[in-house]
Amino acid sequence: MTASSREVYRDAVLDLLPQDDRLVCLDSDTGLFDAAAFPERYVNLGIAEHTLMGAAAGLAKSGRMPLVNTMAAFASSRANEAVKIDIALNNLPVRIAATHSGVSAGHLGPTHHALEDLAVMRTLPNMTVVVPADGPQTGTLFRQSLRVNGPVYLRLGRNATPELPEAPPVTLGLAQVLRDGADVTLAACGPYPVLAALDAADALADEGVRASVLNVHTVKPLDVATIAAHAQRSGVVVTVEEHWRNAGFGAAVAESLAEITPSLVLRVAMPDAFVPVSGGQRYLAERGGVTSAAVAAKARSALGRSPR
Amino acid sequence: MTTTIDAPPAAGTAARIREHVVNLCAGPEGGHLGGSMSLAEILATLYTRVLRVDPLDPAFPGRDVLLLSKGHGGLALYAALTEAGFFPAERLAEYGRPGGEFMAHPHAEIPGVEMPSGSLGHGLALAVGFGLGFRLDGADRRCFVVMGDGELQEGSVWEAASVAAAQRLDTLVAIVDRNRLQITGATETIDALEPLADRWSAFGWTVRQVDGHSCEELEAALTEPPTPGRPTVVIAHTVKGKGLPFVEDQPRSHYAKLGERQHAKALAALRRGAAS
Repeated sequence: MTASSREVYRDAVLDLLPQDDRLVCLDSDTGLFDAAAFPERYVNLGIAEHTLMGAAAGLAKSGRMPLVNTMAAFASSRANEAVKIDIALNNLPVRIAATHSGVSAGHLGPTHHALEDLAVMRTLPNMTVVVPADGPQTGTLFRQSLRVNGPVYLRLGRNATPELPEAPPVTLGLAQVLRDGADVTLAACGPYPVLAALDAADALADEGVRASVLNVHTVKPLDVATIAAHAQRSGVVVTVEEHWRNAGFGAAVAESLAEITPSLVLRVAMPDAFVPVSGGQRYLAERGGVTSAAVAAKARSALGRSPR
Repeated sequence: MTTTIDAPPAAGTAARIREHVVNLCAGPEGGHLGGSMSLAEILATLYTRVLRVDPLDPAFPGRDVLLLSKGHGGLALYAALTEAGFFPAERLAEYGRPGGEFMAHPHAEIPGVEMPSGSLGHGLALAVGFGLGFRLDGADRRCFVVMGDGELQEGSVWEAASVAAAQRLDTLVAIVDRNRLQITGATETIDALEPLADRWSAFGWTVRQVDGHSCEELEAALTEPPTPGRPTVVIAHTVKGKGLPFVEDQPRSHYAKLGERQHAKALAALRRGAAS
């Protein structure tokens, strides 16, 4: 297990703050940061997420690059109007580090799960949406995100997740091709979805089915060219995400491909329901059907129905 | 804050702001009449006597920041900006016309508009960010936020008010256009704001109350140095629709599309008011 993406993010922030005086860390009493670590450019605004986002916009407008911390549920739903009007409409360089995304808040329950945030954030003009798949690429993508002109939503998790077993260099905006296979395309977003896709690819390989595995860590702008190239070859795409099935990552892939290439897109995602039980992130995701078995089963069923 | 001796008198600018607003409300879309008329002296005083801004260089780094949080006062802001020289008055003809940049609520593409507004309850949080930025820069700048009184029913106002005080942002000045009316009636009958001064005091703000149609009182309140470590609120007591006796202090003044006869009647009323 690596560190959680939120801890990797925190360490990267503490590393970068002294080097770049544009950066100001705005917190909302999350406890992620030790206030004494860098008091000059760390401000805890308290439990006030609308003000957090509005203040980030004002601070950005006065020449800084705010790094905003809150939980994904609050960033995307509670503070959404401030994100939309104050940050996105003004195309300001705010980095929103949204922790506890998906069901990574686990037993904290549905108030703290964020299964709508990709849908919310990817529909906002000017917003870049990034979902690192493990600890190491969280640091890399966060650093790369500092070069983006407008706002960036960084979808982070609460818990340590496994490091990807195979990882070519990661570049913001470009899907990371983890496997290359002609029969089926598995496009995944987020730590456990990518691992599920890799495991499914192994299972399918045992059956003679060659799968591409794409880690689509940048949901917006979506790397349609890479996804479409694989989709055109295989005709079958299975998407995997820890997000509600409506309007999320799989929907983004489907709506893009529908305009380009005839391909069957099947979504593995959390069902259209609140999560009614306690449990850890992995348990809840698997209970919601986000499993390698589900990915492999979708691929098998699709292969018989491919437009190719 | 110092003002130059040749600064134009604010009252004359306020009269011209009202005339622009009336003319704009006689355009194809009509406009937010009442809440723009109540703002005339507030914006006139800010732009002629208080704000350090440069119409020839609207983004200069040391400028003061004005945020019109009550975005439905946009017509008054446009009028104040053109009177201050940010753009020629001819551009006001774009208001409400297809393809024009002048919308009912201010858009940041308009020279002199710092941030767009329209959804109520956003300005004070933005100001918290400006205040933090000024402090980090060690800059001698101030941020003024003009809010409607009905706007204070939004919870986000009080969230930001609390944070501003907690962060000791004494470069921040809120101005409440206290015209006591919102779309459907009196603020006090819908969601009462009183005791308003006590509320702000309890949130840690220095409170000043003025006649919002007295440029002299406004100038004094807006130029007096802050209490160190405390943000300032100026509660400006105003009349919605001020200057137009047939709509003054009436909720129906909120939005109006003036026909030809009403337009003439309104301009005549403004002229009578200016002469009295």
